[in-house]
Amino acid sequence: MMPRKSLIGLLVVAFCFSCLPSISKAQVTDWKQIHFPPLNAFNPQEPRRVELANGMVIFLQEDHELPLIRGTARIRGGSREEPPAKVGLVNIYGEVWRTGGTKTHSGDELDDFLEARAARVESSGGIDSTLISWDCLKDNFDEVFRVFVEFLQEPEFRDDKIPLAKNQLSTGIARRNDDPGAIAAREAQKLGYGADSPYARQPEYATVAGVTRDDLLNWHHTYVHPNNVILGVVGDFDSKAMEEKLRAAFESWPKGPSPAPLQALFPGPKPGTYFVQKDDVNQSNIRMVELGARRDNPDYYAISVFNEIFGGSFSSRLVEDVRTKKGLAYHVGGGVGTAFDHPGLFQISMGTKSGSTAAAIEALYEEIDGLKTKPPTEGELQRAKDSILNSFVFQFDSKGKVLQERMSYEFYGYPADFLKRYQAGIEKVALEDVQGVAQKYVHKDQLAVLVVGKAADFDKPLSTFGSVANIDIAIPPPPNAAKAATSTNSGRQGAHR
Amino acid sequence: MRIRALNALLGGALFAALAVALSGQDLASLEKRVTVKVLDNGLTVVICERHEAPVFSFFTYVDVGADREYPGITGLAHMFEHMAFKGTDKIGTNNWPAEEAALAKVETTYAAYDRERRREFGRDVQRVGQLKKAWEDAIAEAQTYVVPHAFDEIVEGNGGVGLNAFTTSEQTAYFYSFPSNRYELWAYLESERFLHPVMREFYKERDVVFEERRMRTDSNPNGRLFEQFQGVAFVAHPYGRPVVGWPSDLQAFSATDAQQFFDKYYVASNMVVAIVGDVKAAEVLPIVEKYFGRLPKRLKPEPLATVEPPQRSEREVVLREQAQPLYIEGYHKPSALNMKTEPVFDALQDLLSNGRTSRLYRSLVRDKKIAAFAGGFNDFPGSKYPGLFVFFAVPTPGHTPEELRDAIRADVEKLKKEDITDDELNMIKTRAKADLLRTLDSNAGLAEQLATAQALFGDWRYFFQEANRIDQVTKAEIREAANQTFLDSNRVVGRIETAQAAHQMAGGKETR
Repeated sequence: MMPRKSLIGLLVVAFCFSCLPSISKAQVTDWKQIHFPPLNAFNPQEPRRVELANGMVIFLQEDHELPLIRGTARIRGGSREEPPAKVGLVNIYGEVWRTGGTKTHSGDELDDFLEARAARVESSGGIDSTLISWDCLKDNFDEVFRVFVEFLQEPEFRDDKIPLAKNQLSTGIARRNDDPGAIAAREAQKLGYGADSPYARQPEYATVAGVTRDDLLNWHHTYVHPNNVILGVVGDFDSKAMEEKLRAAFESWPKGPSPAPLQALFPGPKPGTYFVQKDDVNQSNIRMVELGARRDNPDYYAISVFNEIFGGSFSSRLVEDVRTKKGLAYHVGGGVGTAFDHPGLFQISMGTKSGSTAAAIEALYEEIDGLKTKPPTEGELQRAKDSILNSFVFQFDSKGKVLQERMSYEFYGYPADFLKRYQAGIEKVALEDVQGVAQKYVHKDQLAVLVVGKAADFDKPLSTFGSVANIDIAIPPPPNAAKAATSTNSGRQGAHR
Repeated sequence: MRIRALNALLGGALFAALAVALSGQDLASLEKRVTVKVLDNGLTVVICERHEAPVFSFFTYVDVGADREYPGITGLAHMFEHMAFKGTDKIGTNNWPAEEAALAKVETTYAAYDRERRREFGRDVQRVGQLKKAWEDAIAEAQTYVVPHAFDEIVEGNGGVGLNAFTTSEQTAYFYSFPSNRYELWAYLESERFLHPVMREFYKERDVVFEERRMRTDSNPNGRLFEQFQGVAFVAHPYGRPVVGWPSDLQAFSATDAQQFFDKYYVASNMVVAIVGDVKAAEVLPIVEKYFGRLPKRLKPEPLATVEPPQRSEREVVLREQAQPLYIEGYHKPSALNMKTEPVFDALQDLLSNGRTSRLYRSLVRDKKIAAFAGGFNDFPGSKYPGLFVFFAVPTPGHTPEELRDAIRADVEKLKKEDITDDELNMIKTRAKADLLRTLDSNAGLAEQLATAQALFGDWRYFFQEANRIDQVTKAEIREAANQTFLDSNRVVGRIETAQAAHQMAGGKETR
């Protein structure tokens, strides 16, 4: 039975930690009157690392909450490494790896086999790696794992699934100008890194058309070797027994070459104002970009605090000033982007009605100027650090998350205790460090400013802010269908073949 | 601070939304960890202990959404949701008595201005200008008492993550996650925002919400289609109105309207709060009772009277857009509260849409190669009232909505004429159980499930028992449901057809 209201005060004291003087009959009138004990010490369970003689790295993370076992292999090499004439290759590879089946089973057969067990094996291609994973009930582990190993070692990339994957990718190309937010995100990336940069380029009908089955097989043989694979397994298993199974499956897998990692240049954007015409909208999408930083940069901790203050939270400057006070945006945010092994982008992003486009750009400039005229204060610093440190526990509040973090550090060659260092690093950030970030990474005169919208409805022409470069987003038609495309314009709606 | 419903469908995220079930054994283990209590004022609390890490998540489900709006105040439920982040009479003000008076003046000046500017004839333009100025001056005065982003700052500064909320056609939900030592602070903040809400910065926030409408609906072809599609599908029931509100209403309703809406529907008996994580029910329940018990005891609002009348004939909307084509077709069906039919429709959704073995994937995507995505989804735009079973397909380049329509109809006819196979039925049942398990390892996900089930069905176990109900579904029931539901006269069609923009016709080089 629960106590009656009038007795709550007395009874609750018995239930709770001794340091809770606030629990009384008296009405709490100020949240600051509520005291709480420090958070219970929590040492998240670290996964066990096993390195096979052939270089394959395995992490085992027991988690007995549910009768499931999941595993993910991350393999070096991604779309940034694909040839410029075949952009889209890794995307198609990531799809056909799974749908194209294995030497002994077609993809369709495996679909039936896995779905009957409510199990999944899925693959995908990313910017710097490809992934293949499984997810199954623990009772089905052996048979599902066998399928996973087949995919890793004997994929077939059957021909009939290649047009299907190309079809999917072409659909994405055909539709990529329908959503103004997606246009802005894509074009900002191209401005920040350069349109042809491996970090920004887009698949086109022509580059997709050029991808062959040989390309997929070639990719697999170039990259999928044990010494390029990091495998993480989490779930309801015994680590010792699991290690034996994995050793049995992978120890005899021969080592292969390790392709040299990509060497890319990061010149940064050409400053100026850029415009994409989009007439069927009543809201402008605005982006401001320049180069950001890498996470192994000593500034990383100060950058994290700076972002929290500037535009990375509901209580940040951008949200408070541009959204709440001025009512100019629903979506607004920004900060210095970071990535593990290449510079991220500093980016500000917002959407505002067409008629306040110039006012919004001015408001964002004001925020950038404000970093100098009203530099971050002790109060802002404290709030930002509180926010990061008090929410730190959410970085590792599940065993799966801990595993994922650990796999990332392994992949990028970061220290295993990077997360702990992060906490210590944040604690040390001082006001001048945050102000230093503003000076070092945010330059009003070096920004590429992008607007996607309907110019006829703008409050002031974009030329108010200097000369404007128009970006043509028209989708190049497939090379062998250029004639067909022009002749179908009046007849067939939306045809792109 | 967002609107769900159509996003989920457009993002294809509905796969997960209803995929839940559980074996008896697992339900028993959960039973031991769940505590339910209805407070004296009628508020229901569901606590689920899950001691994986020193954190907890909560989900506050308020049993009101756009369903209780009417012409003139559409969008108000969502608007209030935004206001619930503005603080209280203690949080976010530097002088409450002065601010309260200033806010009252904002309302009187707004009422005068609004009446004059919306006068249909005999409007005095100069007078409108004066009244507008008086209103803006009142807003500026009220603003001087605001402590900016105070509520967000307390939550975020204390380590809150995932701070957000959403509004649908039938519910409003608030949620975030906190370190577990701060449960009393949470109980204070979460109860206080519904005990002493303040319509602070209301009209600026109304502009923010309008931007949200521009982003999701006006400037997005799919958003435009779904708004029209819903409007055609429901002529009487509020499911036909946009959650975000019509533009005219978004520029008209007042803070006074929002306060009245709040007073009527945010009563304790209309709310369920679920807490999941590293908390002990014996410790948390008294705290919840202490703080949430302060909400006044008032009558639960009467049920909605309007019922959508039967559809007499097929309806269709066609949007000609500068965008790629899209095809949707929906059929009216009973609400999710009908425990006899719902498992059958859940099974149908799984059969048609779940993964590479699903019927629509195999026929439209894999074999005919006319779609990049195709699925059939249950309960659009909501679960509480009779809604739609919606087929949704995205054509590959060069293929038309008509081809998608024909292919979907062929699959529908097959469902009506032939029983599904034993393998298919077994697959559906196995997946229902396994997919439920996969929803149990997240505090936030569990909190949402428990609160939603408790609020909609009066029992937190609803989703867990749905697997058992799906397990009882027969082939004959699936065929019967298809035959009763998928009828021409019961159908609503929505299409986007591509109309090329003038500058694109010219070769795509012209820019202005």
